[in-house]
Amino acid sequence: MAFDYQPLILSLELAFITTALLLIIGIPLSAVLAMRKFRGKAVLETLISLPLVLPPSVLGFYLLIAFSPGNAFGGFLQSFFNLRLVFSFPGLVVGSMIYSLPFMVHPLQAGLQSLPPSLKEASYTLGKTRLQTLFGVLLPNIKPALITGIVLSFAHTIGEFGVVLMIGGNIQGKTRVASIAVYDQVESLHYHQAHVYSLILLLLSFFILLLVYGINKRYLNPV
Amino acid sequence: MIKISIQKKLKMADGMTSLAIDTEITPGEFIAIFGKSGAGKTTLLRIISGLMQPEKGIIEVNGEVWLNTERKINLPVQKRKIGFVFQDFALFPNMSVRRNIRYALKGNKDKGFTNRLLEMVEMTALADRKPGTLSGGQQQRVAMIRALATKPGLLLLDEPLSALDMEMRSHLRDELQALHKEFNLTTLLVTHDITDIYRLADHVISIDKGKIARSGKPDDLFSEAYMSSKLRLQGEVLQIRKSGVVFIVEILSGNAIIKVIAGKEEVAHLRTGSQVMVFSKAFNPVIRAM
Repeated sequence: MAFDYQPLILSLELAFITTALLLIIGIPLSAVLAMRKFRGKAVLETLISLPLVLPPSVLGFYLLIAFSPGNAFGGFLQSFFNLRLVFSFPGLVVGSMIYSLPFMVHPLQAGLQSLPPSLKEASYTLGKTRLQTLFGVLLPNIKPALITGIVLSFAHTIGEFGVVLMIGGNIQGKTRVASIAVYDQVESLHYHQAHVYSLILLLLSFFILLLVYGINKRYLNPV
Repeated sequence: MIKISIQKKLKMADGMTSLAIDTEITPGEFIAIFGKSGAGKTTLLRIISGLMQPEKGIIEVNGEVWLNTERKINLPVQKRKIGFVFQDFALFPNMSVRRNIRYALKGNKDKGFTNRLLEMVEMTALADRKPGTLSGGQQQRVAMIRALATKPGLLLLDEPLSALDMEMRSHLRDELQALHKEFNLTTLLVTHDITDIYRLADHVISIDKGKIARSGKPDDLFSEAYMSSKLRLQGEVLQIRKSGVVFIVEILSGNAIIKVIAGKEEVAHLRTGSQVMVFSKAFNPVIRAM
């Protein structure tokens, strides 16, 4: 039986798209959390961190219910945008984004908070707006945090299982990502196939993390 | 004229107090804001710059209203024409010296002006270095010319010389004075160093516990309190040694260790670490150029 690369490609696709979208929403979100005080900030921070402690099946279950076209939110998406999030790739992306959100936001927030406030203030006194300051001064000075956020979000999305299984199911070419494929192959007693998927995932995760630690070490001890 | 009249609550180590400053500044003057730490000097500077908001107040600079809490006018910091030099210099670590300055320039990135600024403080040779590789004095110079790159009318300096050694301070004072004249600035310098005031300031505002204690020319202000025909030094006792019938007390004043001979009664009140004052009145001190 020929080896099916589709789940691996799907995993990478999902991780790329999820990480790119997370970066776009993670930067403003972490900037707000790092620099502003507002009512309900603790609640927002809790919500963002929730996926760290919640069993993925619980998160997946609620998303499944929310996205289901039979319910208000899912029905609204279906009728207005013709978007069906259950058992579909876009659904996986949304689920993964929620699931990996803390892995993007936490490093960025910590990075921004570690910068001396005078950097931001100096930029303001030079006539620069908040946005110019964020992109011109703050983000370039937290490169290790940016890379950590990107790489961890990517790796975590590749590694997710529970949420994907709950809202994506196991549809070949659409929602069967590599982690699901391992489970699927084991269930069908195709241990060899399961081995191949597992080994690839293991190596991928190992080198991704090695990269993170290597980069952070280089930044912390510049030659 | 620059008119400042502000009120703000201050949180201090020993409870709350309020900063209440009411003063006018003549454009072109070099003003020193003097006072103990925690007196509200930095807060005043931050309020003028717009980095901090007072509860109540008016700031008008040459007829332009920067702040008027009653009329709900509050010009954001970006719109106030100021240059601000921070205590930690706040240079952007990701940019070279040159890029730090070019970042401050609006629209047209005037190369000639950048080069001129670099030349004025003798930083041309180091223009492509990152701030992290520079000495404190060099960083200080970059911070000064970066603050001037926007061509502000008002230059605000928050104890910029305090982190430097004596020689560097002296040198930078000269540069600061030259820049003040060259750019036709109104300069506000927060300091607790009397040398800064004598060397630089046309006018001193002395702040104590959030209020203007005194204000005037340096000579007038310090003549009674700090100036006298006596030689007077403040210091800390490092060691007390018995030497025959007398005691030798070693006192640290600034960076110098002074040995003073003292009698038994005088030493009785002293311990290592005591804050003391050393003065002599019977003879004329000798002055020699360094």
